[in-house]
Amino acid sequence: MYIIVVGGGKVGYYLAKELVEEGHEVLVIEKDAIKVERIAENLGDITLRGDGCEAATMEMAGFGRADMVIAVTGDDEDNLVVCQVAKAKFNVPRALARINNPKNEEIFKRLGIDTTVSATTAILAQIEQELPMHPLIPLLTLKGGGLEMVEVKVPENSAVVGKRIGEILLPQQSLIALIVDEDGVPRVPKNDTVMRAGDEVVAVTRTENEDALRSVLTSPAAYGPYGPINTREQ
Amino acid sequence: MGCGRVGAELAAMLDQEGHEVTILDREPDSFRRLPPGFGGQRQVGNGIDQDVLARMGVGEADAFVAVTQGDNRNVMAAQMAKHIFGVPKVVCRIYDPIREEIYHGLGLETISPTKVGARLLKEALEREPATPPKAGD
Repeated sequence: MYIIVVGGGKVGYYLAKELVEEGHEVLVIEKDAIKVERIAENLGDITLRGDGCEAATMEMAGFGRADMVIAVTGDDEDNLVVCQVAKAKFNVPRALARINNPKNEEIFKRLGIDTTVSATTAILAQIEQELPMHPLIPLLTLKGGGLEMVEVKVPENSAVVGKRIGEILLPQQSLIALIVDEDGVPRVPKNDTVMRAGDEVVAVTRTENEDALRSVLTSPAAYGPYGPINTREQ
Repeated sequence: MGCGRVGAELAAMLDQEGHEVTILDREPDSFRRLPPGFGGQRQVGNGIDQDVLARMGVGEADAFVAVTQGDNRNVMAAQMAKHIFGVPKVVCRIYDPIREEIYHGLGLETISPTKVGARLLKEALEREPATPPKAGD
């Protein structure tokens, strides 16, 4: 495939390197002479110095016969224009844009560029997976392991808010031992004790049921396509 | 969007004619180009940021003009105004004549000062030297 990469910064450089190693014909368009030199030194004669948004440069680069154009500059407006012009003027079959500001993902889609890559969004998604939103704090391990005492805070949007403890289906061998409300007042949980947002719940559970318990106490009542539905009026 | 020479001049003209004008620029310093009596609003911000456009009230605007120094910024902001905020009248300056043709073809109302300027200069050159220049040309 003939692949044109617009932007020879770090992303462009490593992308080009990868593509060359995979055996593609690659051309990198970059304005900055120093960056062009660095690419040429390490990857060979695969650069064109110039403004990749300029139609004349595109012509010279052979956009007309490119199988794919990838715009990875640090400016979203430039990446947008490269992809739009590649499609509209040169009929490039595939145009891909890097998105620097995650807000622009939706805008690019609305403006006809469907294939976008946002590093920020990718990193955030990765981190979010690693970080539980409402952590369960282990307080102590009881009786030779297996049983634990944990603490978890009931978030505002939790499905258990407003429910009586008797109504809540807890994982096996789990038991709510104490509730401390937002003002620091402790309540002894009974079957008809009502859960409130912000309650700190101290519970005893089996180690293997920790996640299930956290999920019961913190999961929102309903999910929209983008996570919990926000019930507050915008 | 863009308080350069053209942006400031245009904003001042529209303000004079009694329109409600808001002018946006990334540099607060640019507003010095506006005449002292300018009655419109000045807003500092990046015109290709959807939140900035929303805050300015682009959704309620009757017209949007993109005249920053960057062709691509103008193109992106104009498309956002037209396709995302639904502004009925959008005009976009694009210096590069080829890019201007492309976006004109894609349905954007565009002006290339390069093309217009070159044409005016050529016409001036071709005019008979004896004829005095007409006012406003």
